[in-house]
Amino acid sequence: MMSYVAFIATIGGIYALLALSLNLVWGSTGLVNLGLAGFFAVGAYASAITTGAGAPIPVGLLAAVAGSIAAGLLVTFATLRLRDDYLAIVTLGFAEVVRLVAVNERWLTNGADGISGIRAPFKQTFGPQGFDLFYFGLVSIFVVLVWFVLRRIDLSPYGRTLKAIREDQELAAFAGKSVLRFKFEAFALSAAIAGLAGALYGHQQSYISPDHFQPLITIYIFLAVTAGGVGRPVGAVAGAYVVVVFLETTRFVAAVVPGLEPVQIASVREMLVGAALILVLRLKPQGILPERILKAPRPT
Amino acid sequence: MSVLTTILQALLNGVMTGTLIAIPAIGFTAIFAVLRYPSFTVAAYTTIGAFAAWYANVRFGIGVVPGLLVAAVAAGAIGVLAEEKILGPLRPAGALTTAIGSIALNLVLENVIRFGSGNDLKGFDLPLYPDMRFAGLRVGTQQIENLILSVGVMALVFVFLRYTRFGRAMRAVADNADLARLKGIDPRRIAMVAVALGAALAGIGGVLLGLDTSIDPLTGYRILLSVFAAAVLGGLGSVPGAIVGALSIGIVEELALLVVPATYRSAIGFVAILLMLTFRPRGLLGERAA
Repeated sequence: MMSYVAFIATIGGIYALLALSLNLVWGSTGLVNLGLAGFFAVGAYASAITTGAGAPIPVGLLAAVAGSIAAGLLVTFATLRLRDDYLAIVTLGFAEVVRLVAVNERWLTNGADGISGIRAPFKQTFGPQGFDLFYFGLVSIFVVLVWFVLRRIDLSPYGRTLKAIREDQELAAFAGKSVLRFKFEAFALSAAIAGLAGALYGHQQSYISPDHFQPLITIYIFLAVTAGGVGRPVGAVAGAYVVVVFLETTRFVAAVVPGLEPVQIASVREMLVGAALILVLRLKPQGILPERILKAPRPT
Repeated sequence: MSVLTTILQALLNGVMTGTLIAIPAIGFTAIFAVLRYPSFTVAAYTTIGAFAAWYANVRFGIGVVPGLLVAAVAAGAIGVLAEEKILGPLRPAGALTTAIGSIALNLVLENVIRFGSGNDLKGFDLPLYPDMRFAGLRVGTQQIENLILSVGVMALVFVFLRYTRFGRAMRAVADNADLARLKGIDPRRIAMVAVALGAALAGIGGVLLGLDTSIDPLTGYRILLSVFAAAVLGGLGSVPGAIVGALSIGIVEELALLVVPATYRSAIGFVAILLMLTFRPRGLLGERAA
């Protein structure tokens, strides 16, 4: 039981990192990333492959970050100059292509069978149960660190510029901000965080396959960010834990209803996720912890 | 088989695939032109159309052409209902919020179908004909029928947009919504007409795809990337562009599959989108993109 709670809480932390990543581009900068699952996958595979080749785990994490930044540049270089809906289409396609590559390039990713035996740090030292607790702590430290950095950004002039771009990019450009550069940087940083989350996920599961990175994950994270509070890092983190609890609850609820086939149970759960996202968008688009808009200082 | 025949066969297949993608692509681009958000629910509309026609076919023995009608009505009705009750109210919050809502709705609708039918592949109950051959090329009788049907549907869409009041009003709103409103065109009604048309076309496309192969709850989602690619290649919001884009993407896919494995089919659409957006973002026949 303890182990189950620690395991779920770790998943919550990984989703919190993804939610922080999405909140930076979507909440603060107003860019959409429908390919979050793709960046998550790139990070997981990059770290699994490099540590599998013998590199230590910190190097794996760095590889994950570098890999997802590179992927972020690939999807943004053609699209950031254009209207926002193009980025939506391209990022969605990107996640699909990542999955295709993971399925097809067996020499690199072992195809649909996935990569197993990914190194789990200190698993021998702590034993299986201790490892779950240790890993929960590790992921939580990353969540706090990333949250802290993003909160600093959020409150800094840099963060205000991102929000100005979100509200009115012509105006931001007119005020002398290089809109394109800010968008590139925000997207790259966001991709890096998603990649880091992927790497942490891989080392927790010790097994990854293309099926782990369904587009559904992106929807979970959109649900987390919109429910928690768009544009406020702490809201995104809270939303992520709420979503994980919600997902686990639907698992139990669906199992209680008698006479359903497994495929029907799975479809009811996905329906609930979709319906929840629609409801949040409709009823409380600013989330549980809405963005705080500070008053402009009075000129003295 | 000589190299030339192989290439000709790929071109022929490309035209066939292209005409299939063209129908949902017109639907997607028509919704975009009037409502100004990319509707990911087009995937679900496609699947709904396919299942409605399949049910009518297997249960009541209805043929292909009435089946298309059933699909159009079913998908169109769901589309209008969805826009009226769910997506329309999100539109004031912005195009991207609506787009995200359309993904969530797509997930719900797809799973409603999965709940009812499971994940198994289903085929239409139609007589099989042998493939036709000429000059070393091979083409399925069903493919020829699909080609004729989709050209017929395109012709109907053309007549609708060109000569009917609603069609003209739709083009007016797409061109300049404010000016259209000034002229007394009710934007809400035209939005509904556009969604009904777009969803119905997606549904028809679903049937044609199902006739070609088989159907399952992911029928629509699987072609979504090709549909987007067709719309972006032709220029988002341009109906003739969607047709040209779909034919190009069909041909490009088939030609590329001569050198890359078939499993990469939908990746080709992605690469085509990236290249197009890099060099000519407004697409072949589109307006501005920035």
